Amino acid sequence: MELILSLGIGVLVGSGVWLLFRPRTYQVIIGLALLSYAVNLFIFSMGRLTINAPPIVQAGVEIDSTTFADPVPQALVLTAIVIGFATTALFLVVLLASRGLTGTDHVDGRETER
Amino acid sequence: MGSVLAAMLPANARNAEAWLSGGVSIAAFVIVVCLYPWVADGEVVRYVIEWLPELGLNFTLRVDGFAWMFSILITGIGFLVVLYARYYMSPKDPVPRFFSFLLAFMGAMQGMVISGNIILLAIFWELTSIFSFLLIGYWHHNAAARDGARMALIITGIGGLCLLVGLIIIGYIVGSYELDYVLEAGDKIRQHDLYVPALLLILMGALTKSAQFPFHFWLPNAMAAPTPVSAYLHSATMVKAGVFLLARLWPVMSGTDEWFFIVGLAGMSTLLLGAYFAIFQQDLKGLLAYSTISHLGLITTLLSFGSPLAAVAAIFHMMNHATFKASLFMAAGIIDHEAGTRDMRKLSGLFSFIPITATLAMVASAAMAGVPLLNGFLSKEMFFAQTLEQHRASLLDGVAPYVATIASAFAVTYSVRFIHTVFFGSKPEDLPREPHEPPHWMRLPIEFLVLVCLIVGIIPGLTIGPYLHTAVVSVLGERTPEYNLAIWHGINTPLVMSVVALACGVLFYLVLRNYLARGADGPPGVRSLKGKRIFEQLLVTISWRWARWMESHFGTQRLQPQLRLVIFIAFVAGLWPFYSADLHLSPPTLTEIDPVFAAIWVIGIISALGAAYQAKYHRLAALILMGGAGLVTCITFVWFSAPDLALTQLLVEIVTTVLILLGLRWLPKRIERIDNYNTLTVRIRRYRDFLLAVACGGGMAMIAYIMMTSPLPDTIASYFLEQAYPKGGGTNVVNVILVDFRGFDTFGEITVLGIVALTIFALLRRFRPAPDSIEIPEQQRIQNAYDDASANREIGETVRDYLWVPSVIMQWMFPFIILLAAYLFLRGHDLPGGGFAAGITMAIGFLLLYIAGGTRWMEDRLHILPMLWIGFGLILAVFTGMGSWLFGFPFLTSYFHYMEIPLVGKVPIATALFFDLGVFALVVGATALILIALAHQSIRSHRTRTVEITKMEEDT
Repeated sequence: MELILSLGIGVLVGSGVWLLFRPRTYQVIIGLALLSYAVNLFIFSMGRLTINAPPIVQAGVEIDSTTFADPVPQALVLTAIVIGFATTALFLVVLLASRGLTGTDHVDGRETER
Repeated sequence: MGSVLAAMLPANARNAEAWLSGGVSIAAFVIVVCLYPWVADGEVVRYVIEWLPELGLNFTLRVDGFAWMFSILITGIGFLVVLYARYYMSPKDPVPRFFSFLLAFMGAMQGMVISGNIILLAIFWELTSIFSFLLIGYWHHNAAARDGARMALIITGIGGLCLLVGLIIIGYIVGSYELDYVLEAGDKIRQHDLYVPALLLILMGALTKSAQFPFHFWLPNAMAAPTPVSAYLHSATMVKAGVFLLARLWPVMSGTDEWFFIVGLAGMSTLLLGAYFAIFQQDLKGLLAYSTISHLGLITTLLSFGSPLAAVAAIFHMMNHATFKASLFMAAGIIDHEAGTRDMRKLSGLFSFIPITATLAMVASAAMAGVPLLNGFLSKEMFFAQTLEQHRASLLDGVAPYVATIASAFAVTYSVRFIHTVFFGSKPEDLPREPHEPPHWMRLPIEFLVLVCLIVGIIPGLTIGPYLHTAVVSVLGERTPEYNLAIWHGINTPLVMSVVALACGVLFYLVLRNYLARGADGPPGVRSLKGKRIFEQLLVTISWRWARWMESHFGTQRLQPQLRLVIFIAFVAGLWPFYSADLHLSPPTLTEIDPVFAAIWVIGIISALGAAYQAKYHRLAALILMGGAGLVTCITFVWFSAPDLALTQLLVEIVTTVLILLGLRWLPKRIERIDNYNTLTVRIRRYRDFLLAVACGGGMAMIAYIMMTSPLPDTIASYFLEQAYPKGGGTNVVNVILVDFRGFDTFGEITVLGIVALTIFALLRRFRPAPDSIEIPEQQRIQNAYDDASANREIGETVRDYLWVPSVIMQWMFPFIILLAAYLFLRGHDLPGGGFAAGITMAIGFLLLYIAGGTRWMEDRLHILPMLWIGFGLILAVFTGMGSWLFGFPFLTSYFHYMEIPLVGKVPIATALFFDLGVFALVVGATALILIALAHQSIRSHRTRTVEITKMEEDT
């Protein structure tokens, strides 16, 4: 399980990084999205992988904390997802505005002469 | 006394300002005077406020005799300067600014003098630098003032920085930053290995501040300041800060060879050069500035000797110099004010116009020259006596008496020159103004100071004696020597030296007189060697040439290289633990792999790779593939017991996809030309990027695998799991963490979300789509063409009817979505769900309505105000947090309780619920605002197009 998830994270990071280096803004936005999946999964996996043990406790019952998934990385990732959404939206609009102002979707706002 | 700063009230009336400043300074003066009884007994008045006690930083104020003497100078002369400035400043100048800076400076200086913590001292030291910058640059329309101010700031600022480092070293050696402990630890400091660096750094601070050679050049350039400022800064305060510090630290730092050579060399060269330069100045204030430098050199030289008697002389001369130099500056100011010029080549014979001022100036400059019966004479005699004594057997010590005599002769020369050129000789011609006596109140400060000079000069023992003794005792402690403040010590070597100096000085003047009357500005021989020029060239080199060079060699405005660099550094940083830590890679076992999970991730991996491959021009495909990767992520969350995450991820995924879909419309078409570039450099670049991407991905996979397979250390998870219900009142631990334990984080986060939404809204208000994306999309054009072609259809009918059935279903779904949102919201505290998820669900409801009905239809019917939602959410969250204050708990402490609501059942009512409601409202508002703003663009562009078409029709 761990092997598959880490391979998945690796591929997501690789694809994201590759796209970050590309010159088109749209590629960068997709790259950032892929990268954020990878990072979220990575942070999440820091709590180790547990199956069928969501961190939802029973009221008034003595708790053995080892039988639950770690809630802290989950809370962190939940925040990260929402912030990731906000930045993606902001970046998208900046992308559109820059495209409208400069007439190109190159990340530098102008085509490079090669 | 630090409250002097509080008087920086802006007032417009000139008189009111002057009264205020005068009142403050006189009040401070009175307070200082009242402290004398304590100080006189050798006690130290202390006042301590704990500031950062764990770092050893306290706001300690400490007044001993020496600080007391300086306080008297600062507040007393400060008051006189305020009085003088009231008449000096023209009504056209913005006087409130002047007085507030002056008061602030006074406060900073006062603070420095009485601070009992060396770090506090450094802070006040920097404050004096900053306020002197503001004061020197007061006439900021004048280029000279700006340059002078900047130079003063840079030099003294650098010095201040060095000083701070030096003082921190001292604090490290002593183990405390309190001045009391530092003063007791003299031997420890002198024997420490770090003594020399500390000494160098502190001297750097003190010598720059006191304008000692080779840092002297800022002071003459600072003469562009208004004269009251010069009188204050360059007689009693700013430049005295340096020698004050030297004297303050004298008991702990002095007495070593390093001290003697560095300080002595700087002091003596300054003494001699300053006096020499002063002779050849044509500007009155320039002359005074160089003489100030020279006198400070004298004090520094005295302090360098390291003998107690020399220290007494130094302290005494600090006081004397402050009195006569302040009065001379004020006199120069009056001359400038009345005659309209300070150029000594133009001024002459002013005695008949301003006899009283002239007399006062003469007495003061006689004190400067060291004529008997004046205070300058006394300290100068002590200086001569000290130079004669052997302190260290060295050449420097040997030449000291000669240097002293020559410099003293020069001092006589420039004093005589000052008096003779300005007040005697033929009647002045072509003066800009007809000079006359200034108002009496303007002259009063000079009269007072000159009176002090005289009294101290004639009966020193009775007047200044006890106060000087107090100051000296506080610095020297048990080492206080026997000294005698008398005018007549009998005929001895110092007296002979004085006489020689006086005679030679007058002689020099007679010789040089004609040359000076004609001569150019500046001393002969070294005129071309100007500190200012060197300084400016240095500044240009550092701040311009080097910066440009750095920018052109290491800078880029292109994003891609920057990103490459960032990622590369991140990669190297990620690589580091592989080397530093002992990580072992356990061989992967294939047995426990669930084939379903593996298959899901095969899809995920293919999606990610496909998105990366397609993102260039098949944007829609890339978006769908990205969504695929997102869904796999979502499934992973479900698989590994994170229902909250999965829920939120899924909802966010939907909204993100719709957002990007809305944005796709405005992206440009493919540029075929660029695809054909396939040169070698491009290929190399692509390979490099590819390698880096693969390396990053591989590295991350490795780290993730190692982390996941290594055993979990003891974490704080158990605390949250155990306390979630007892303390947070919820069973969904993730949600409890978010809205309760880490509520403040969440609060910051929703604020960010709100700001992002508003930013997007603002950006899109000014959005101008690129011309090539304004056309109607191809699909709609085909549909319209079809309408046009068939006889029984109107144009736009197909577009309108497009997706008719789904849209009806979507509209019907809206209430259910609201219900779902409410359900998610209410169960959030105990089961997966919560404010975020509910908010996004609600926003998706609106989104569906948009898709179903079209933007126009929606905007006509829907009157939601997203901004109100955002504001409401934020305020609710804040108020919920603040509510806990009412019960005496910290911000965002939650309270919970279960409540029976009819029909709904048992619902947990925690205050965290209201907080979550705020989160919900804000998320709805923000998401809806973003979506609406984006969707609205499609209408706007049509409108723009219509406007343009009408315009074109009108034109033709």
